Amino acid sequence: MLPTSKKISPPSDDKRWRIVDTTMRRHGYAPEALIEALHSAQETFGYLTDEALGWVAASLRVPPSKVYGVATFYNYFHMKPAGEHTCVVCTGTACYINGAGDLLKAIDETAHVKDGETTEDNRLSVLTARCLGACGLAPVVVIDEVVAGKMKPEALKERVRKLIEPATEEVGV
Amino acid sequence: MTWEELKQAAEKRREEIGTFEHEVHVCTGTGCHSSRSDMVKTALDKEVKERGLEKRCRVKGVGCMGVCGAGPLVSADAGAKMFQGVTPEDAGKILDEVADDKLAPAEMRLDSKMPFFAGQVRVVRNLAGEIDPERIDDYVAAGGYDALFKAISTMSPEEVIDEITKSGLRGRGGAGFPSGLKWKTVAKAPGPKKYVICNADEGDPGAFMDRSVLESDPHCVLEGMAIAAYAVGADHGYIYCRAEYPLAIKRLKIAIKHAENLGVLGNNIGDTQFNFRVEIRLGAGAFVCGEETALIGSIEGKRGMPRPRPPFPAQSGLWGKPTLINNVETFANIAQIVQRGGGWYSSIGTEKSKGTKVFALAGRVVHTGLIEVPMGMSLRDIVFTLGGGIPDGGKFKAVQTGGPSGGCIPEQFLDMPVDYESLGAVGSIMGSGGMIIMDDTSCMVDVAKYFMDFCMSESCGKCVPCRVGTAQMHGILEKITNGEATMRDLTMLEELCEMVRSTSLCGLGQSSPNPVLTTLRYFRHEYMNHIENKDCAAGVCKVAREKKAAGIAAEVHA
Repeated sequence: MLPTSKKISPPSDDKRWRIVDTTMRRHGYAPEALIEALHSAQETFGYLTDEALGWVAASLRVPPSKVYGVATFYNYFHMKPAGEHTCVVCTGTACYINGAGDLLKAIDETAHVKDGETTEDNRLSVLTARCLGACGLAPVVVIDEVVAGKMKPEALKERVRKLIEPATEEVGV
Repeated sequence: MTWEELKQAAEKRREEIGTFEHEVHVCTGTGCHSSRSDMVKTALDKEVKERGLEKRCRVKGVGCMGVCGAGPLVSADAGAKMFQGVTPEDAGKILDEVADDKLAPAEMRLDSKMPFFAGQVRVVRNLAGEIDPERIDDYVAAGGYDALFKAISTMSPEEVIDEITKSGLRGRGGAGFPSGLKWKTVAKAPGPKKYVICNADEGDPGAFMDRSVLESDPHCVLEGMAIAAYAVGADHGYIYCRAEYPLAIKRLKIAIKHAENLGVLGNNIGDTQFNFRVEIRLGAGAFVCGEETALIGSIEGKRGMPRPRPPFPAQSGLWGKPTLINNVETFANIAQIVQRGGGWYSSIGTEKSKGTKVFALAGRVVHTGLIEVPMGMSLRDIVFTLGGGIPDGGKFKAVQTGGPSGGCIPEQFLDMPVDYESLGAVGSIMGSGGMIIMDDTSCMVDVAKYFMDFCMSESCGKCVPCRVGTAQMHGILEKITNGEATMRDLTMLEELCEMVRSTSLCGLGQSSPNPVLTTLRYFRHEYMNHIENKDCAAGVCKVAREKKAAGIAAEVHA
């Protein structure tokens, strides 16, 4: 028998590590649980921290290089923390031909932030999605996990302005 | 649970449902849910209570009704009455019409006999919008799991496969491989351990039928998988689902739990020797994982990179064991084929493409949403009769089928029957069934560039033709749309298309030139306009925007 039964203790005494550990235990700490473990870590901590990657690698007996390889291969995994609010613009075909590009432009004009970026004050992250499968409502934007369909640039500008508002108040604009 | 007990449970549930005079269905699919149909349901429940109609009216959350663009949707009395764009405040008006025969305002009512509904033949989606996807007893009452018990109690695995072969069913994931043949290969493969995988990694942008099936009727997929497992001799299944579909995943999890509790999944199903359990694996946003060998790699916890075939997964798949991979819609057909016979199924459709196909209509079309039609219906009927044509008086330009692996089909082929062969003949593919309708506001070079950008970012990087070729093709398309290209670039683009098509390792690379090839074939004049006149007729590309800006500047100057 391989010496896999020895459990690796988590990087800190943060209780949230237990959630990730439960996922790995359910799969018997097998190497094939890697993607499931990364999903669990990202869901728990918001993004994949270096500690999380290292701990998952050690627990599943997978080389850190492979863990890093998998984490960077899949679009769904993020290795940077997201801003307070997130705005995901769908760029699937239906949304694209119905003006998803104009929506990205509208966000940039309002909050000065492009796809994949976060505003300097960390209030808003902008992401794009390949297709959310809500093509009947194109163009679609997901603002803080809530889907908003048939979006118009002007309406989106208004929504984005509200999301970043308190920060602009602080600097007195 | 035995077959007899299942039938009794179904009968009991039907009696319970039968005591209600009216059933009001509220769509809880992703589309309607995002326009707050949950609040509509709460409002309806409240209104029913206030009017004291609890004994007469039952309000039920159901799956997708199809016309997603008109949501939130509510239907009543088995679809005879339909309401669109419903808000929680409309609850009273709906109950007025349903229970009191007082008609709701005209703008709220949706004609349930309009061609969008009347033109459909529903096999895969026959229970979508009818049953509560989160209740297994609803599915059982509608005859669910009867086919599974029929198969394991009265048919041999060979007989099940024969029935699937006879039905003429072909894979609904895109390539259209005959399902019966695939099943037979897995069944014949030696070894005690085999797997069944359901491909729910619906990556094509513009396609959402698999999501809808999983959200509306998850049990029909589980039942199809269980029948397949019995036929090929597997006892373990995986559903590989996109993480971008949280509602589908939630409903699948509920469905699996309920099915295990009821004893239609697990050990000794129906008091036979047949065991089958299903697990969900989440994708993580990689288009290439729709390719079966990449998908297997991803389930094994690795990067989703395709490997050369043969050996095919049917011989050596998940962990080197024989593996049957079918897509969601394929599995969703199985129970009904077993129940009603392969002969019945093959009576629908064309000579080589049997049965029905679910298409996702999106883009510049009046009724966006899902339709299920017999194979062989013409594109014109799909787009204009069922889809209602182009909105705002626009002019039809092309319909894009098959996502990034498909092509753009121009007006001259509108009367073509839609089946695997005809779509292939015009340079496109069936794909998973996404149909994006485009009008004059779309530039075809820009569309080709859009898909090439997609393939370039989604290329896994394993083979050179795809990794480098897609980037080079995208660069040339960029030059064209910027108005910087010459005829030599166009020649180079065509050469690259051929090279990438013939030398890439997997389907992603091999089919990535399709959007360029079809637009070059049918819309060459648009490419020429960009190259020779430095103009974009649709006004989409950078070259047109610059021209416009220059024009304005010149005017201001004058």
